[in-house]
Amino acid sequence: MTINKQSNLYTIAYIAALAVVVGAALAITSLSLHDRQQQNADRDKMRQILAAAHITVPADSVIAAYKRDITDAYIVNAEGKRVEGDAFDVDVDAQTKMPALRRLLPVFECRAADGEMKYIIPVYGAGLWGPIWGYVAFDADGSTIYGAYFAHKGETPGLGAEIEKPAFSSEFIGKTVFKQGVFMPVAVVKAGQKPLGGEDYVDGISGGTITSKGVGAMLSDCLTPYAAFLKNLSQKKSN
Amino acid sequence: MAEKIDNKSVFFNPFSANNPVVVQVLGICSVLAVTVKLEPALVMGMSVIAVLAFSNVIISLIRNTIPTNIRIIVQLVVVAGLVVIVDQLLQAYAYDVSKQLSVFIGLIITNCILMGRLEAFAMANRPWPSLLDGIGNGIGYALVLVIVGFFRELLGSGTLLGMQVVPQCFYDAGYVNNGLMILPPMALIVVACIIWIHRSRNKDLQEH
Repeated sequence: MTINKQSNLYTIAYIAALAVVVGAALAITSLSLHDRQQQNADRDKMRQILAAAHITVPADSVIAAYKRDITDAYIVNAEGKRVEGDAFDVDVDAQTKMPALRRLLPVFECRAADGEMKYIIPVYGAGLWGPIWGYVAFDADGSTIYGAYFAHKGETPGLGAEIEKPAFSSEFIGKTVFKQGVFMPVAVVKAGQKPLGGEDYVDGISGGTITSKGVGAMLSDCLTPYAAFLKNLSQKKSN
Repeated sequence: MAEKIDNKSVFFNPFSANNPVVVQVLGICSVLAVTVKLEPALVMGMSVIAVLAFSNVIISLIRNTIPTNIRIIVQLVVVAGLVVIVDQLLQAYAYDVSKQLSVFIGLIITNCILMGRLEAFAMANRPWPSLLDGIGNGIGYALVLVIVGFFRELLGSGTLLGMQVVPQCFYDAGYVNNGLMILPPMALIVVACIIWIHRSRNKDLQEH
């Protein structure tokens, strides 16, 4: 018996079979690789958190370094009080979509190379093409930035993607977010300009204006809810 | 066998005489997107070689069963499935590379070279020549990508594969990186220069 390959029945059966085969192949790939991918993603997140505190380690010792240097991880609310939950598993992306007062705010305490405690805060925002995120490490005074790490999903290489370079993130070192007791997140402005409010600022990337603005907006949006927590830190320090 | 195909020319033709980018002018969009730096250009080139080779073989194996009126859909499903699998594999085994390629890997699906080769070659030929054709065209594409990436990174950023190659004394003497090179239009201009040089050396490609 010969099959009529132009018949509707054959066509429908063919595409259905193809969909099942390809679907099964994708499902098997996804399921069998999921644990490994999750491990990679977790390890990468640990690496990024450590990078904000200037701790860079080879890929295979990230987990050990994280366990050694991150002494505590917890969640605070907008009043700076601790709440229940696992800081590492907080989806910062989802939190930024909520009103600032109701967000869960993860904090990672880290013992940095200088022996001091640093407080690492995750930030998440939007660049030109997709999400951008990062981690900002504060000194124990709750105001001075000890280090910053930024990453992006798909900014233009050579332009917006430059935010992930140390040349950009190291500009943040030493900037303070409290000016005479008032909380003012660090602004990102065009080179040569100054923000109007008197807050600390860094130069944006030339050719990456929208990404640079995204970083500024991200810092303002994600750091502001921590104002109470950071203020508590500075009071604890001065006592 | 109806026709005898010269495996050697199937493999080597796409390098120059029938290059998918500079002769057929396919896949230009990804040349724009991934050639600001050399490294993504290299990895993108390798990914395209892999996907093109596998999809050519798969389509060639099932070419006699595909109903003609849905053949494009079948090709698309195979390519899309392969690209997702490659992406998943990279995420599991080469996480850093997959992060770099996050956006570009999806672009492989829309690369017209793939559909072009599947439709023009794999649908009509046996698996072995199809494999050679896929690898050959992938290499032809990767070559152009790497050449463009090389010049754009060198002149635009003064680096190669992220390493500084233009010495500091050049900058001290007043040399400035050409910012125009990292903007998209320069990819087209560099490709145009390659086509110009290529055609001036291959008289039979010149149109009159």
